[in-house]
Amino acid sequence: MSKIVIDPITRIEGHLRIEAALDGNTVSDAWSSSTMFRGVENILKGRDPRDAWYFTQRFCGVCTTVHSIASVRAVENALNIKVPPNAELIRNIIIGIQNVQDHVIHFYHLHALDWVDITSGLRADPVKTAALAASISEWPLNSPTYFKEVQDKVKAFVAKGRLGPFANAYWGHPAYKLPPEANLLATAHYLEALEWQKDIIRIHAILGSKNPHPQTFLVGGMSIPIDPDSQNALNADKLIEIRRLLARSKEFVEKVYIPDLLAVASFYKEWAAIGAGVGNYLSYGEYPDPVSGKQWLPAGVIVGKELDRVHPVSQEKVAEYVDHSWYQYQGGAGRGLHPWEGETDYRYTGPMPPYQNLDTDHKYSWVKAPRYQELPMEVGPLARLLVAYASGQKQVQDAVNGTLKKLGVGPEALFSTLGRTAARGIDCLLVAEELPKWLDQLVDNIGKGDLKAHTGEKWDPANWPVQAAGYGWHEAPRGALGHWIKIKDGKIENYQAVVPSTWNASPRDAKGQRGPYEAALIGTQLADPAKPLEILRTIHSFDPCLACAVHVLDAGGNELVKVKVL
Amino acid sequence: MGDSTRETSTGAVERIFNVSQLLEEKGVSRRDFMKFCTTLSAALALPAGFAPRIAQALDEVKRPTLVWLEFQDCAGDTEALLRAANPTVGELILDILSVDYHETVMAAAGFQAEEALAKVVREQKGKYIAIVEGSIPMKDGGVYCCVAGRSALDIAREVCGNALATVAVGTCASYGGLPAARPNPTGAVGVSQAVPGAKVVNLPGCPLNADNLTATVVHYLVFNKLPAADALGRPLFAYGKRIHDNCERRAHFDAGQYVESWGDPAHAKGHCLYKMGCKGPETYHNCPTQKFNEKTSWPVASGHGCCGCSQPQFWDTMTPIYHRLPNVPGFGIESSADKIGMGIAAGTALAFGAHGLVSAFRKGDSAEGAKEDR
Repeated sequence: MSKIVIDPITRIEGHLRIEAALDGNTVSDAWSSSTMFRGVENILKGRDPRDAWYFTQRFCGVCTTVHSIASVRAVENALNIKVPPNAELIRNIIIGIQNVQDHVIHFYHLHALDWVDITSGLRADPVKTAALAASISEWPLNSPTYFKEVQDKVKAFVAKGRLGPFANAYWGHPAYKLPPEANLLATAHYLEALEWQKDIIRIHAILGSKNPHPQTFLVGGMSIPIDPDSQNALNADKLIEIRRLLARSKEFVEKVYIPDLLAVASFYKEWAAIGAGVGNYLSYGEYPDPVSGKQWLPAGVIVGKELDRVHPVSQEKVAEYVDHSWYQYQGGAGRGLHPWEGETDYRYTGPMPPYQNLDTDHKYSWVKAPRYQELPMEVGPLARLLVAYASGQKQVQDAVNGTLKKLGVGPEALFSTLGRTAARGIDCLLVAEELPKWLDQLVDNIGKGDLKAHTGEKWDPANWPVQAAGYGWHEAPRGALGHWIKIKDGKIENYQAVVPSTWNASPRDAKGQRGPYEAALIGTQLADPAKPLEILRTIHSFDPCLACAVHVLDAGGNELVKVKVL
Repeated sequence: MGDSTRETSTGAVERIFNVSQLLEEKGVSRRDFMKFCTTLSAALALPAGFAPRIAQALDEVKRPTLVWLEFQDCAGDTEALLRAANPTVGELILDILSVDYHETVMAAAGFQAEEALAKVVREQKGKYIAIVEGSIPMKDGGVYCCVAGRSALDIAREVCGNALATVAVGTCASYGGLPAARPNPTGAVGVSQAVPGAKVVNLPGCPLNADNLTATVVHYLVFNKLPAADALGRPLFAYGKRIHDNCERRAHFDAGQYVESWGDPAHAKGHCLYKMGCKGPETYHNCPTQKFNEKTSWPVASGHGCCGCSQPQFWDTMTPIYHRLPNVPGFGIESSADKIGMGIAAGTALAFGAHGLVSAFRKGDSAEGAKEDR
């Protein structure tokens, strides 16, 4: 048995390291580790709960809105605040377009190079490429001349002998299977998607000043005022621009992303039987109706791939273990703590850098091990869709069944690396199609004269109870995200986030149960252990986000409110 | 091709390239290029007449390599780069610069990725530009951030120490940022503090405005030196003035028209956000003029106050976010100045004194600040 290390895992957010044991060329065991720690929750203690969204937003600059959403929801839950329908709708639009943009960026800029060999595209026939493109989509940007131009650009780049970010990759690896024309097509769309994403995410700037890190969230609603008669508020002009951008998002997803996804997937169908992982799925549900609060995509838990039974989610059943993470619990090892009671005493016991290997028999990661009723859970678009599918959500059922039919595979194919990647596309499409409806509702409300986007009744901490506790859930692009808060005397007493990549990148727990990445890698065959492309495929299919995954709160009771005089 | 080669005095063959030609290959017209140069002149606070000079200099520049290091970061600055305005040309500049290492976007992984970085340091010592995103943890032997088994500090010392220049992007890389907020659990600092010998320019902001990065790089390419900076290492062209000086709502501040609560008529009309906690009066950044996402908007324009994100330690000195900046000590309006920081108070005093607005804050001012500062 030999061991390989991939560090850094690139084309993700954050610092992820995978160590894998090999039996011949097959992965026999795997360990997932995050090697960066900041302690943001620790920093939050003692601060104004209304500021928490701004701090937690910086957990991550990629999923840049998601922690703000979970944070304001947690504080609103603790203080029993119901936000106005307009605020809920604006949030749905912000969440939705984040989801759409994030998934497209993931597919083209983070994941595609695991399947697409850019250098092979240099040998493609532009005429055949145009014919291939026309056969899968009516996207207008398609002609032999266009693909020749793209090819020439890449050729010029290669000819300079400086590949820049494309250097040293696994080009020519035997696991790449796309014909040159498909590679060229995907390369062209890699470049188009770069332009597209920066245009459509301007919706965040219109509603929230900028992206990344939009600045418009408030406990109790949103800071963007609504007034059709003001040039300094959300008015008809801005709503029309949002509508145009939503149309552009939807068109690109329908005519570029989905056809490309299906085309690429059809060459890699064996990946529908690889990379299943733990087989348990958790979704918190998302997109509340602004009045009833009913979620468009439902919450639920699926255990052991059983699609005929969806369990309700209960927040009390979430606990985090640190038996293989660089922390220590006062009550000793072997037990999990609910986020409200969570304690973290960070104690690095790994090797001092520079090091070759981590001590994977003991503690080996800054990520904790969250468990739901003691079970590891996979979260993300696949979990979200499986829960909706099994709950009978009609739009999801139709979309999933349609995709399975097009690929000629059964529902069991969903539990895989390819299933994860396909589910992300379906999730993206469904949200892109739903988004204009939330805008319609918002416009309708404004037309009726409802201009309220913030409820001010509990803005003033004088109107808060002395103590309060709450939690805020959000289905982020990468899956189930929860923030838990305890408030005392108007300050944050405790803050804990259990985020999607904490679930997915989790190390082993007290029972030695592997986390989803670790479990998904077992059995993976590598063509060349020095170029472990196959490992990247499965890890990237989860869309890792490691800065999010590592965060702690501090049990040491450090005084944070003391302010230094400069 | 926009490339040609020439022999240097040491006999080494260097690639020279011609930007205009490259642009033509990329389908960018000369007119668009000149427009870009004019925009950059504005960003760099240079007279418009500089545009031709920028264009000419870019035509003659040598091709440096760029490596982008990520430490205790959230990739927000990387994302900001992906949203940069002047897209085609902005990316081209980076393309021209040959981005040889950037974990978030590079195709290679593992030791092949690290080899790309090692090669730059080995073969281009003193000639490449290093970009750093995220803070560097100094506590406990640097165990709080490791890449490929090496500590961030170790990597930064080698890569930034051997670079021609280092650009710290974002407030974390500049001054420690969020990880350095009290109680700074990991001993996080900015790159200039971690690697004292390195030549560093700071582009703080959370995230930075990528247009300022492009402008800094172009400034270097054109003038062969880093832009003039303030005492905090920030280029004057982008950080030379306060948000307050260029704020589109400044007239309302001067006229004493303030938002008093979220969604009130003043808020809808775009009045001044000072009383809602805006930190614009003490924050040096070009947000009001440069804006974000292809000049779509910036925080104040969307109805939320400035949070002061380009100032060192703003996480401690500019919070709570929704508390107004303390007023002038000695005027007896509020007693919170000492709690939030004398630096802020002094600057604000100057501003408010100069505008004779003290009386404007006296009326109806007793409630919020006093109550929440309990």
